[in-house]
Amino acid sequence: MAYQLLKFALGREYKEPRFFRDCQTPKKSYDAVIIGGGGHGLAAAYYLAKDHGITNVAVLERGYIGGGNTGRNTTIVRSNYLTPDGVSFYDASVKLFEGLSTELDINLFYSNRGHFTLAHSESAMRTMRWRAEVNKHVGVKSRVVGTDEISRACPQLDISCSGKAPIQGALYHEPGSIARHDAVAWGYARGADSMGVEIFQNTEVQGIDVKDGRVQGVHTSRGYIATGKVLSAVAGFTPRVCKMVNLQTPIVIHPLQACVSEPMKPWLDTILVSGSLHVYVSQSSRGELVMGSSLDPYEVHSTRSTFDFVEGLTSHIVDMFPFLSNVKIVRQWAGMADITPDFAPIMGNTPVRGFYLDAGWGTWGFKATPISGKTMAYTMANDRPHELIHSFRMSRFEEYELTGEKGAASVGH
Amino acid sequence: MKLLECPMNGVRPLSEFLFGGEYREMPDPDGSDDYEWAGYVHYRDNAPGVKKEWWYHGPSGTWFIAERNTLTDEVLKTYLFGKDPSGKDQTGSKPNKNQTTGTEQSI
Repeated sequence: MAYQLLKFALGREYKEPRFFRDCQTPKKSYDAVIIGGGGHGLAAAYYLAKDHGITNVAVLERGYIGGGNTGRNTTIVRSNYLTPDGVSFYDASVKLFEGLSTELDINLFYSNRGHFTLAHSESAMRTMRWRAEVNKHVGVKSRVVGTDEISRACPQLDISCSGKAPIQGALYHEPGSIARHDAVAWGYARGADSMGVEIFQNTEVQGIDVKDGRVQGVHTSRGYIATGKVLSAVAGFTPRVCKMVNLQTPIVIHPLQACVSEPMKPWLDTILVSGSLHVYVSQSSRGELVMGSSLDPYEVHSTRSTFDFVEGLTSHIVDMFPFLSNVKIVRQWAGMADITPDFAPIMGNTPVRGFYLDAGWGTWGFKATPISGKTMAYTMANDRPHELIHSFRMSRFEEYELTGEKGAASVGH
Repeated sequence: MKLLECPMNGVRPLSEFLFGGEYREMPDPDGSDDYEWAGYVHYRDNAPGVKKEWWYHGPSGTWFIAERNTLTDEVLKTYLFGKDPSGKDQTGSKPNKNQTTGTEQSI
């Protein structure tokens, strides 16, 4: 061991094995092109290769992989949604997540914590009971608990929230977990790459060629690529990509901000969410409190941060945990959330043949990474939507069949 | 704190305002089919750029129009509906066939 270490220290090169090839020049054509090298796009590439044997695939990423909303969320994985369609979909994702570290051979730091959605009013309790019943019906472990059980799980929590919004109870969701989000993107990238998928970073899509209602190819900063199938998995950039194929969507972009505290010794074991106080908080394996709040109140296509956000969020955190008043915030950031009117994603085929959409992920995208990849890969390979995503189809808006999902983060009741 | 100019009350902190979404032309409810109506309710371009938007000043109950760049979050001008100072009172980025030219649009 000592000899190895000495040899390494005296060596001139410190070569780490690459996770995926450093692709620079795309081929003239691919069977499928995926725009967006975040978790969703890379997962779709991985399952296209693994489940459907389609390996002649290029993933195009404008920046670096996992640098968008994949690396900007608060890493919570759960399935305690409100509509049966939503619960089944996210439950399938949680199950994939549970085996993902092994499948991708990468430590995702997947940590099962249990997830409390706090209710501060009678009407919130009613929604919790509703969600619990829907969850149980679909076979997901969620139940309504009283303040005694919340206090046992988190004795540091001030149940009265400094007298401002006394907690009445909570929806407890046992499978609720956190994971290292960027590792999910890296794991999927390595898996896809090893099966032949090519990943191009620093590659911007500048246009999409459509003829007779059919996708012909994409114009990129690395030249033209011919392809019959394009998946857009670009979250906050969805309106810009959709404009390239003249597609209008109900998506509106709002920044979603988050921040972390300085690291502390472990004290918060569970994940706590309060819809009324607009707070979600968990403690990462590094000891930082990871905190998020509601969406910024108006449309902006930018990842700027605001002081208003930190001020509002921390005042609520201190209501819940008065002893944190001296703890410092060390980092804040924002992502562009693509919000839909019914708080459910838009997935599947579009009126443009060969153009597939994986969008509208708003504040609920990270937890869906594996299942969205799997179902979108199925949809692209068979050119028909997977049954799990039927209710998320884009045409639901003109058919007046919105989902009514209100279990999403940052949605008040 | 970010500021916004209300056409009735002058410059106020942004926290006094509510965002009302992009201004869109309503098609004739009697003359449009379900598909057209769904388009009006849901579908929009929403790519970043200068947009004409509804804003609401809460304390005084004033709805007004702001022209704002949604990429840079810069407000170019604010005015009461139908009182565009440039006089051309054109609506949103996508005029539709029902658009009238004057200020007598139904909203």
